[in-house]
Amino acid sequence: MADLRELYQEVILEHSKTPRNYRELATANHRAEGYNPLCGDHFSVYLDLEGDSIRDISFQGWGCAISKASASMMTQSVKGKTRAEAEKLFGQFHKLVTGHSPANANQAELGKLAVFSGVSEFPVRVKCATLAWHTLHAALAGKEETVSTE
Amino acid sequence: MTTVAKRLSRESRPDDVRDAGAEFDVQRVRRDFPILRQRVHGRKLVYLDNAATSQKPQVVIEAIRRYYERDNANIHRGVHFLSQHATQEYEGARRTVQSFLNAADASEIIFVRGATEAINLVAQTYGRTNVHAGDEVLITAMEHHSNIVPWQILCEEKGARLQVAPISDTGELLFEDFENLLGSRTKIVAVTHVSNALGTINPVRRVIEMAHLRNIPVLVDGAQAVPHLKVDVQALDCDFYVFSAHKVYGPTGIGVLYGKSVLLDAMPPYQGGGDMISSVTFEKTIYNKLPYKFEAGTPHVAGAIGLGAAMEYVNTLGMDIIAGHEHELLAYATEAVSAIPGIRLIGTAREKAGVLSFLLDSIHPHDIGTILDQEGIAIRTGHHCAQPVMQRFGIPATARASFALYNTREEVDALVEGIEKVREVFG
Repeated sequence: MADLRELYQEVILEHSKTPRNYRELATANHRAEGYNPLCGDHFSVYLDLEGDSIRDISFQGWGCAISKASASMMTQSVKGKTRAEAEKLFGQFHKLVTGHSPANANQAELGKLAVFSGVSEFPVRVKCATLAWHTLHAALAGKEETVSTE
Repeated sequence: MTTVAKRLSRESRPDDVRDAGAEFDVQRVRRDFPILRQRVHGRKLVYLDNAATSQKPQVVIEAIRRYYERDNANIHRGVHFLSQHATQEYEGARRTVQSFLNAADASEIIFVRGATEAINLVAQTYGRTNVHAGDEVLITAMEHHSNIVPWQILCEEKGARLQVAPISDTGELLFEDFENLLGSRTKIVAVTHVSNALGTINPVRRVIEMAHLRNIPVLVDGAQAVPHLKVDVQALDCDFYVFSAHKVYGPTGIGVLYGKSVLLDAMPPYQGGGDMISSVTFEKTIYNKLPYKFEAGTPHVAGAIGLGAAMEYVNTLGMDIIAGHEHELLAYATEAVSAIPGIRLIGTAREKAGVLSFLLDSIHPHDIGTILDQEGIAIRTGHHCAQPVMQRFGIPATARASFALYNTREEVDALVEGIEKVREVFG
C-alpha cells in the first residue's frame, strides 16, 4: 500500500498552507495561466525575465495541497536560473513524479523538490504536481493561452 | 468510545430495525453484488460513488452473459430461431422499462446510449423543429452539463436564448423566478428530477403543471432519480423523461428516452440507417413507426436485456423499500458528517436523495479523495459535471459521497473515520 505520508510530506503540507512567492508580480513581463478542468485547479505564474534568466517569479491561484506546494517550491527552485536550466529541472521533476527517475542520480540537482517522489505512487496526482511547471513552461515560451493538464 | 459501545449505541436506535429486519436485509442484498466483496488498498471496499455509476447485481451480469452465450443474433429481421428469440428478449426489456416508468405504451420507450444521448436526441429533433430565432429554452441552475450543452448547441444554431432559473443557497429551485421566466417565447423546459451535485429533489410535478398551463412541453432528466424514487411518467405528465441504465444497476452504454407518442410521432428522426425505415428508394424513404424510427442501426441488445434485468431486480426488492433504506442512510450520514468540525455541506434542500456533497476546512476535495481512497473508500471529487452549480456556490469543487441500496451505516461510519483521518493528515 502506498504510504500517505510519502505523498503528504511535512514540507509539502507546510508549503501548501503558507505558499512562498504567492503574489502578483508587478515587474512581470511574462505570464501564463494553468488550468486543470477536471479538478478546477487554476494557477497564474508571473515571470520577470531579464534576457535569458529568471530574475523573479511568483504565482497565484487555487488548487490542492500537491499542486499548491509544487507551485510554491517551483518558484523557489527556478528563481535566478536560466530558461534552459529551468526547463531541464522541469524534465527531471517530471521524471521524478512519474517514477522514471534513474536511481538517485539527479536527486541532488532536484534538491528540495525530491520530496515529491511519493507522487509517483499516485498516478492520478501527477497532473497536480506538474500543473505549475506546465504553466511555467508556457510563460517561458510566451504563450498567451491557458495551458491544461488534461 | 470503543467499537463495541459504538455498535451498541447504534443498535439501540429504533429505526435500525429496518436494516436488520426481514423487510430489507442490506447484508443479504450486498451478496448480490460480487464487486463489493473485494478489498482495495488492503481495506474493505466502501463504494460511495453511486451517483457516478452503480455496481451491478449478479442477475444483471448473468442476463448479459446468457444473452451472448445462448441468444446472440441480430434482431427484427431474421427468420431464424436465434433472431426471433433475441428480438423477444429485447422487446421484453422494453416492456419491463415501460411498466417501470408506467408509460402508456411500450412504443414510447426508445433505447438510446444514455441520458446524454436522449437529451441530444430531443434537442436535435423536437428542438430543431420547434425552437426558432428569438425563442427561449428554460433550464435550471442545477443542471448537469448534459442538460445544458445540448440546449446551448441548439440555441446557438437557431439564434434562440437559453434561460436559467436560479436556485437558493440551500440548492432549491426558486420557484417564483422559474415561473417568471416561463413566457410566450419559451418553447421547451428541461429540468433535472434530482441534482447530481446537490441531491436536491426538484418539484417536477409543479414545474410540469406550470409549464403546461402555457402549453410548453417539459423534459425531465431522471438520471439521478430513477435509482432512488418511484417514477410514474403518466402521473408526472412529463413530455420526455430520460435516464441511464448504469446508474440504476444496469450496464453502461444503454439508456432510455421516454416520450409521449403524440410528440415522438411528430418529430423527425435523429439518425438515419437500418431498422428506422419502412421502405427505402433513392427517391423517398418512409420511416418506421415508433419506437423504431429513433433506433437506427443494430441497437445495444445485450445492454437493453441487462437493463431489463436491473429493473426487475429493483422491482423484486421494491422501490419504496429501497427509497426508505436510502433515506434513512442519507439522514444518518448527514447527521454524522455534519458533526465533524470544519465540514460545510453543499446542498441542504429539504427534499434530497442519495447525495452528500461537502467541503472540509480549506482542504482541496482531491486531497480528501486521495486519503479516503487509501482507506478503501471511493467518493467523487471535483465539479461533478456541473460547473455552473460550483460557480453558484463560489467553489471550484466538492467531495461527494453518494449512496445506493447496498450501502450500510457501517460504511457511513467508515466515511466519518476517513474524514477524521484527513483532518489528522492536514492537522
